[in-house]
Amino acid sequence: MAEQKYYQKEIETMPREEMRALQSEKLVKQVKHVYENVKYYRDLMDAKGVTPDDIKSIDDIHKLPFLTKADLRDAYPYGLLGTDLKNCVRIQSTSGTTGRRVVAFYTQADVDMWEDCCARAITAVGGTNEDVCQVAYGYGLFTGGPGLNGGSHKVGCLTLPMSSGNTERQIQFMRDLHATILCCTPSYAAYIGETLKEMGLTPDDIDLKAGIFGAEPWTEEMRRDIEKSLGIKAYDIYGLTETSGPGVAFECEAQAGMHINEDHFYAEIIDPETGEVLPEGSKGELVFTSLDKEGFPLLRYRTRDICVLSRKECSCGRTLIKMSKPMGRSDDMLIIRGVNVFPSQIETVLIKEGYSPNYLIEVDRVKNNDTLDVYVELAPEQFSDTVKDLAIKEKSLAEAIKTMLGINPKVHLVAPKTITRSEGKAVRVIDKRKLHD
Amino acid sequence: MSVKQISVFIENKKGALASCTRYIADNGINIRALSIADTQDFGILRIICDDPKQTETVLKNGGFISTVTDVLATEIEDKPGSMATILEVLADAHVIVEYTYAFLAPDGHAYMIFRVDDNAIASAALAGAGIKTANQEDLF
Repeated sequence: MAEQKYYQKEIETMPREEMRALQSEKLVKQVKHVYENVKYYRDLMDAKGVTPDDIKSIDDIHKLPFLTKADLRDAYPYGLLGTDLKNCVRIQSTSGTTGRRVVAFYTQADVDMWEDCCARAITAVGGTNEDVCQVAYGYGLFTGGPGLNGGSHKVGCLTLPMSSGNTERQIQFMRDLHATILCCTPSYAAYIGETLKEMGLTPDDIDLKAGIFGAEPWTEEMRRDIEKSLGIKAYDIYGLTETSGPGVAFECEAQAGMHINEDHFYAEIIDPETGEVLPEGSKGELVFTSLDKEGFPLLRYRTRDICVLSRKECSCGRTLIKMSKPMGRSDDMLIIRGVNVFPSQIETVLIKEGYSPNYLIEVDRVKNNDTLDVYVELAPEQFSDTVKDLAIKEKSLAEAIKTMLGINPKVHLVAPKTITRSEGKAVRVIDKRKLHD
Repeated sequence: MSVKQISVFIENKKGALASCTRYIADNGINIRALSIADTQDFGILRIICDDPKQTETVLKNGGFISTVTDVLATEIEDKPGSMATILEVLADAHVIVEYTYAFLAPDGHAYMIFRVDDNAIASAALAGAGIKTANQEDLF
């Protein structure tokens, strides 16, 4: 295949007015479909006094009600399903194991669309059917592995479905099969870079040229570290299970913001307090509308990610609107090692295990790996005179938290009343990672 | 016969042990014997005082976490093999020793404290071997 700059050139470089017309056409159809098929959303529209007839173009989208994570919880599991289950072929899910879990349904058309989005991302970093694409995201319920795997197939890359972990083996395959593109979380990419060095190898010993890294926040500094340690160009990719997975937005050669696949996902920036739509260039909460998803067609879903949209011309020639890296959250969700963590999940475990709900979560990044420390106050009746008993308590609490979150914390028992009581809103989280430049 | 030991949770912070022992002293409590177990996060201060009940109340009022444990105290001769003999008796009786520490009583005798999994079996085994276990008053 000759070098290809775009995967779907017509869409990716579509003039602004044509894109708006396409979005309008899709939205009108999607709202009608959702209103007729998704009772949960119809009720929200009725409550707001909006009918499908009120939505005549993309300009009317602000009339529609928002969906939030709380709605997803209330409607779990089938309440937001957009079609008969018999038309669905797949689910993906977020890692949360309680009421915060999101289960998204996909029809074959949804899977194809999602994989096309990932194919655009792979093509944008220079991927062609001559490339060998190593997918070191987790496979399974997590969207990372399946999404990039599908995109890699669409581009025609030789796909190495490695999943994450077993780093020395990753490097062995990378060398033996001459992988040229690596897809994984940025922290895992950094770890692969460190392992390469520990094995006495240099970037000259591998053939990687590009990496697509997402599912967790990372900084420009981390980008430079990864680029240096692996001898590659490192690109960001954005997505969420609620809309599909990675590939909702992707970075191009300019490495300056991510192009949103806006023919499928319409983006708005709102004021998280008032819900008011903000003009282009304003910093606010990102909201997505799936314009053509069938299985899980979320309209105006509030991502809680804070970012900025821009239509400034891009040197790559794509006209797709760009989003900045998320600059924070409008809720208390933390992303730790690619896993979504709400402090309230940890609180639930503490109460269930008989501990005081006075706790402190400390998140840090050591050598590009996230660490999670949980400080918990010990109750008098839980105290023992032997180290063994207390060590067992710490260990079993750590295991209970791991079961809830899917990631290993380090638990520290502390004396009662030593965690600062605050007046008003409690400070439960100290995030030392400085993820936003 | 057993002795009441008070254990106090001490955070692994500069000055934590100092402030706890100062607090005990300010309340007129004399520490006869002491040992400390430490981990990366916290320490456990174990003490023997003449009035365990009062000590417990005082610590509780001071916001400390503490617990009372019955431990065995045996007089030990100052010669090679005394410690080994006691431990062999306990081992033969299938008693598990969690920890042990030593101190001198005012009468000049050395004592060992043993925290075991079963005080009754341990006391009986020691008595059977002619080893005396002390009570709280013997130590003061």
